[in-house]
This record gives sequence, structure tokens and C-alpha cells, in this order.
Amino acid sequence: MPKVKMPKNSPVLDMTPMVDLAFLLVTFFMLTTQFRPDEPVVVDSPSSISEKILPDKVMLVTIDSSGRVFFNLEGKELRKNMLGEMSAKYGVKFDENETNRFAVMATFGMTVQQLKQYLPLDEMERKNFMKKSMGIPYDSLNNQLGDWIRFGRLADAQSSNGAPIEKDKALRFAIKGDANANYTAIKRVIEVFQEMKVNRFNLVTTLEQNPTTN
Amino acid sequence: MAQIQSNDSDSGKGGKHGKVRAKKQSTHIDMTPMVDLAFLLLTFFMLTTTFGKPKTMEINMPVKPPPGQEIKNEVNNAITILLSGDNKIYWYYGELKPETKLTLTDFSATGIRKLFLDYNKQAVDEIKTLKENALKTKMNEDTLKSRIVDIKGKKYALMVLVKTDDKAKYKNVIDIIDELNICLIGKYALVDLDTREYDLINNFQPGQ
Repeated sequence: MPKVKMPKNSPVLDMTPMVDLAFLLVTFFMLTTQFRPDEPVVVDSPSSISEKILPDKVMLVTIDSSGRVFFNLEGKELRKNMLGEMSAKYGVKFDENETNRFAVMATFGMTVQQLKQYLPLDEMERKNFMKKSMGIPYDSLNNQLGDWIRFGRLADAQSSNGAPIEKDKALRFAIKGDANANYTAIKRVIEVFQEMKVNRFNLVTTLEQNPTTN
Repeated sequence: MAQIQSNDSDSGKGGKHGKVRAKKQSTHIDMTPMVDLAFLLLTFFMLTTTFGKPKTMEINMPVKPPPGQEIKNEVNNAITILLSGDNKIYWYYGELKPETKLTLTDFSATGIRKLFLDYNKQAVDEIKTLKENALKTKMNEDTLKSRIVDIKGKKYALMVLVKTDDKAKYKNVIDIIDELNICLIGKYALVDLDTREYDLINNFQPGQ
């Protein structure tokens, strides 16, 4: 029986189209990407049918499932001003290095006193710190959350130098609660906002299909 | 460097042949490392990227009255929703009277949604016909929106008061606001729980 001859094919295949595609995608992702901010806590936001998109400039208060509260406001100068005011009020001194570290930090959740210990830590140590942290106090006796909100707004108002702000660029207030958080915690946060005369909120949700009724 | 080297080789061979023959090389380059890199970057960006911003739900809370002044809620055509633990919803219609009894319902389409749609029937129907007309007459979107808001604010439109006890979850509140939006209810408020209502929830018996 004659041997079956396998056709000899070159093992080299033309990869050019694949490479083209790969680089096209790389370019696309590089240009569209926005790095996911490092969240200190995992928050599973509830779903809603709302299709509104979270505005750019927000003061974000995060509440995790055990009712701990975290705060975030972006903008280096804003954060420096805010920290300065807080340090004056609570008598905790921050040196320049610490202030700079605070300016580039993401969401945080601890008392001002603990913040001093938190700032010099590296990434891993911060994660561990956050696990043990009790969040920002927001009860009526020690309402540090209220102060962060107040000084954050003050810093924001100063940054515009009194110039009128366009309506859609104004600072908005967002609450990102965990679906399983007790509503009493969120209610208290809303109360804190209301004490600061903020009555309009954005509740962060994920999208869900709208079961249209019409 | 390259210049000098090529001169050297020229003087070595060029004397005899006078012509430099370019070496025939395969036009194929090994692209594997480049592809590796490209896909590595691709994976990296795909995993770190966040598409689109998170969605939000806008909510306006009423301005707090100065102490001593109470805002009286008008409860002509109002349902009060009491949210409690285990995703339970209790509700009653109208004002809270001593003989008021709670009814238990749930978050399904046949539960709370049916309830809202039934009580809000007139407004829902009206908005439905308005939308149909708008399609026919090609109504401006802004006018349509303001007309819908008008209907939602009419007297016969249902008003809903949402109250939560200490066991309710945040998710329940969001779900209720969602249902309100689905059922085209424009008049709603998040209110504090009354002690009498708290007792009603605690003493609730399924057979009522």
C-alpha cells in the first residue's frame, strides 16, 4: 500500500490581519479607557430602571453593607483646601507631604484622627486599615461627615472664585449605598446632607431592564 | 558604526565583483512577540476599563421645615407604603385611623405594581392616550414631558408615602422608587414612620 502523503504546508501563517485587529483594539481601548478608581470597599449598588448618567463633578458618599460611611471628592486643590479646614477644626496637623498624599487619594473612610495614621501607609497596608476602619462618624455627637461635606462645598465654591457656575457643571451630591445596607444608615446620611441644606441627590444604581407598562 | 562596517565589507569584496548583491531574505518576519505584546496590552486595557458611567436616580427631598412648624401632608388619594425586613411591603389607603388595617404585598409585578397601577388608573390611562396622540401629531418632546408632569401632578393622580422601619434595606427603597417611576406616579415622598404604624407592623397577623 502506498503511503499517504500529507501535503506539506508551511507552518508559517500570515498573522498580519490578526495583528492589525489586535492593534486596532489596543488603540481603541487605550483611547477610551478610564481607569477604574480604586475603591476601598466593595459596594454592590442596587439596580433601577433609571438611565440617567452620573454627572462628572460629584461629591460621593459611599455606604457599605454594614453601614460604614466613606467620602470622596475629586480635584487636588479642592482636597487640599478641604483638608486644611478639617485640620483647623479638629486640631490635627498635616504636613505638606501628607497633604499631597491626601490630594491624590481616592475614597476614604475614617476619623480625621485616624487619617493622620492612614496617609503614610502603602497600598497593602491601606487595604488592611480599611478593613478595620469604622468609617467616617456621622452621628449627631461627632458629625465628621457633615464637616467634610461642608468644607468640600466651601472649597468648591472658592475654586470658582465667585464666578457663576454653569448649571450642569455645579457640584452634585451622590449617594452610593450597598443594596443590603440598612435604610436607617442611608436615611441618616440624607439627614446629614439636609442639615447642610442639600436636598437633591443622585442615588447611584446599576441599570436594569424597564418592564414598560404602556 | 554601521557606516564604517559597510565600508569595510565593500573594500573586502568589492574589489573582485564590483557589485554588491543584496542577500535574498524571506519577507516573513516572526511576528509572534509583537502579537504577544499586542494581546497582552489588549487584555490589560479590557480588564481595567470601565465602560460608561454608573447610572443614577435623582431624588429631591422636601426642604426641612424650621422647628416648630410641621408640614401637613394632604392624604386625599394617598397610599402609605410601609417597608420592613424580608422584602415585606405593608400598605394602607388614605389616612391612618384607629381601625386601619394593613395589607401585605410583595415586590412582584402582580404585587405592588398591580396595586399602584390600579389606584393610579386614571392618570396612567391619560398618559397612555397622550403618548399615542403625541406619536400621531408628532408632538415636541419637551411639551410631551411637561404635559406628563402636569398629569402626574393632578388631583386624581395617586400620591404615595413611603415609610421604612429599621429592618428595611436600601434596596427595598430603591425598588419602590423604581416601581413609582414605572407606574408613572409623580407625587411621592420618603417620610418617617409613625409609632402607631410601627405597632401595626409588629402586631400584623397574616390572616387579617
